[in-house]
Amino acid sequence: MNENLLTLKEQLLRLYDRQNGSFADVPDFLSDQRKFSLEHFRTIGFPTKANEYWKGTDLEKLLGTNYEFGNDLKIDHGLDVNHVFKCEIHNFESLFFANYNGYNLYDTVQLKRLESGVIAGSINQAMKEYPEIVKRFFDQSSAVSYNGLTALNVALATDGLFIYVPENVHCETPMQLVNLIRHPRSAFLQTRNLIILEKNSSLTFLQCDDSLEDRNSFKNSVSEFFIAEGARLDHYKLQNKDITSAMVNTSFFNIETKGILHSNIITFNAGAIRNEFIVNLNGREASADLSGLYLIDKTQHVDNQLFVKHNAPECTSRQTFKGILDDEAGAVFTGHIYVAEGAVKTQAYQSNKNILLTDTASVMSKPFLEIYNDDVKCSHGSTTGQIDRDAMFYLQQRGICEKNARMLMMYAFADEVVRKIEVERLQHRTEDMIHRRLKGELSSCDQCILHCNPDHITPFQIDERLL
Amino acid sequence: MLKIKNLKASINGKQILKGFDLEVKPGEIHAIMGPNGTGKSTLAQVLGGRAVFEVDEGQVIYKGKNLLEMSVEDRAREGLFIGFQYPVEIPGVPMVNFMKTAINEVRKYRGLPELSSADFLKMMREKQELVELSTALTSRSVNEGFSGGEKKRNEIFQMAMLQPDLAVLDETDSGLDIDALRVVANGVNKLKSPDTSAVVITHYQRLLEYIVPDFVHIMYDGRIVKSGGKELAIELEEKGYNWIKVLNEEILYE
Repeated sequence: MNENLLTLKEQLLRLYDRQNGSFADVPDFLSDQRKFSLEHFRTIGFPTKANEYWKGTDLEKLLGTNYEFGNDLKIDHGLDVNHVFKCEIHNFESLFFANYNGYNLYDTVQLKRLESGVIAGSINQAMKEYPEIVKRFFDQSSAVSYNGLTALNVALATDGLFIYVPENVHCETPMQLVNLIRHPRSAFLQTRNLIILEKNSSLTFLQCDDSLEDRNSFKNSVSEFFIAEGARLDHYKLQNKDITSAMVNTSFFNIETKGILHSNIITFNAGAIRNEFIVNLNGREASADLSGLYLIDKTQHVDNQLFVKHNAPECTSRQTFKGILDDEAGAVFTGHIYVAEGAVKTQAYQSNKNILLTDTASVMSKPFLEIYNDDVKCSHGSTTGQIDRDAMFYLQQRGICEKNARMLMMYAFADEVVRKIEVERLQHRTEDMIHRRLKGELSSCDQCILHCNPDHITPFQIDERLL
Repeated sequence: MLKIKNLKASINGKQILKGFDLEVKPGEIHAIMGPNGTGKSTLAQVLGGRAVFEVDEGQVIYKGKNLLEMSVEDRAREGLFIGFQYPVEIPGVPMVNFMKTAINEVRKYRGLPELSSADFLKMMREKQELVELSTALTSRSVNEGFSGGEKKRNEIFQMAMLQPDLAVLDETDSGLDIDALRVVANGVNKLKSPDTSAVVITHYQRLLEYIVPDFVHIMYDGRIVKSGGKELAIELEEKGYNWIKVLNEEILYE
């Protein structure tokens, strides 16, 4: 480990000691867990490139900045939250939550209790008011022992979102969480989300990750999702991050009998993002449909790590990930499918397709199938290439110029993933944003609600380059 | 309309067209026949401007301009339409967007205003009826999930929408049953005018029962070995392609 990282590690360990006092009002089980997690982090440290799963993302490089943490980040910038925090997705009605530099904002600190029995709001608040629920689920995914980053998160996460949907409750209104980073100095922040869907309930959850400053930032986010028997979670993620921002987002999904997970990540701009999804299909006929699209240029980096575990019979999983890469952008995709011995009649499909617009863009795509029984239908495929020349010729032969033909082809490429968005308004809005992104008209602030820097355009200059 | 002189073209260093000559005047329909692998499709692709083919020699004058110097899209905008033997499926590009983009780009090139949505849709409906293409198909992505026959009808539909001056139809009849063949031929015949021309490339005489050509050319080994009127197609049908080989050898001998 290099010196910067050692220093960072020491600083974080000291931060824990310093903050331990302020954790006085958390339940015992949690302070025990935090203590244990910190010790674990002390032993194993940050993941390095020596680790097979971290070959594609150089964490040392991302962490090599002089960061500020914890309470230092809790600065009020004179932001009129109620004024600026409104969603740009028109007519998208949602129950809105905001996390700003790792802390839940004013009115979303208090828990919202809906008539249906749904509870949503700050996870810190939930620990105080509903310790019995939190205790039942918190870290049941064992983030503590997953890797150094997740262990660190258990010990030091500042706040995050808690959602509890009781049995048989269908949340008609989607819930939305906007994660925003905006700080005058380099921020290192950690958030923790806990989303619980009890039996036969359903929820649509939209998570937006934005960052707004030219400062470096690093976010270590851990989310746990529990989808009980017969429940359904529609999980959408929109990511639009500045080139200076780095984020590792580790999400654990635990799906019981006939539970359904539908997950879709659109990365408009990445900075450096690693999305690590650990999906456990624990009950018969559980299913997970995971899709993603990344549109990156310059030196941006996206690393999608999917680990889908078929632990029970008759489960289905699908992975559909696509990327368009320009300039020196780099993407990593690992699709690990694990099928346990008893998980008969498993169906698992995986596809990762990439279009490289330059010779300098690169993709590391790795399917990894680990299957321990014979009664399995599995497929995987990975392609990396340029835009289909036959199709280009066809479009141009009808009078469409090369630039527009390329644009149509890229829209078409993205379409498969966009079609997976089942909330119509969100689908249309996302489609529009993708088109603007590809035309170079989408700013890195565009999706964000702050609109503080509307002139800051992130061009995606595909139009000036030849095939 | 079109004057091709001594056209030689190759792909990956292999010459396919070996001195091809053809002249098409406005209002004429020419049929090009010949066995597989003689360069019929290459001719269509070279005229369209496909980059993988290299023109080694020769000249193509289209409407008084040097066609070979024009970009693919400008050839199309100047009224050249290629009906593809294997139309490409493009999932994610809706037919409507595709046609609207194409038509408006062609109109812009010709200095015409964009078509209003209402006019465009009206035109879509009219031309759809002409080739009996259902709305269910035109509301899909380009050729996505179309049967072989539907793809060919879609080519004629696009031709009807774009109203070209010169259409080069590359084996539009292959893989069609009689009903589909009739629909395709009907489309071509209805679009015929004294100012427009067509080059129909076909392997079989069958299509020519429905589209009556003014001239028939027999192609072999990259060039035309015999030209004549519509009766030549019938003669070819009777004598078979072996006759062509003999003809070709005679030409080489001379």
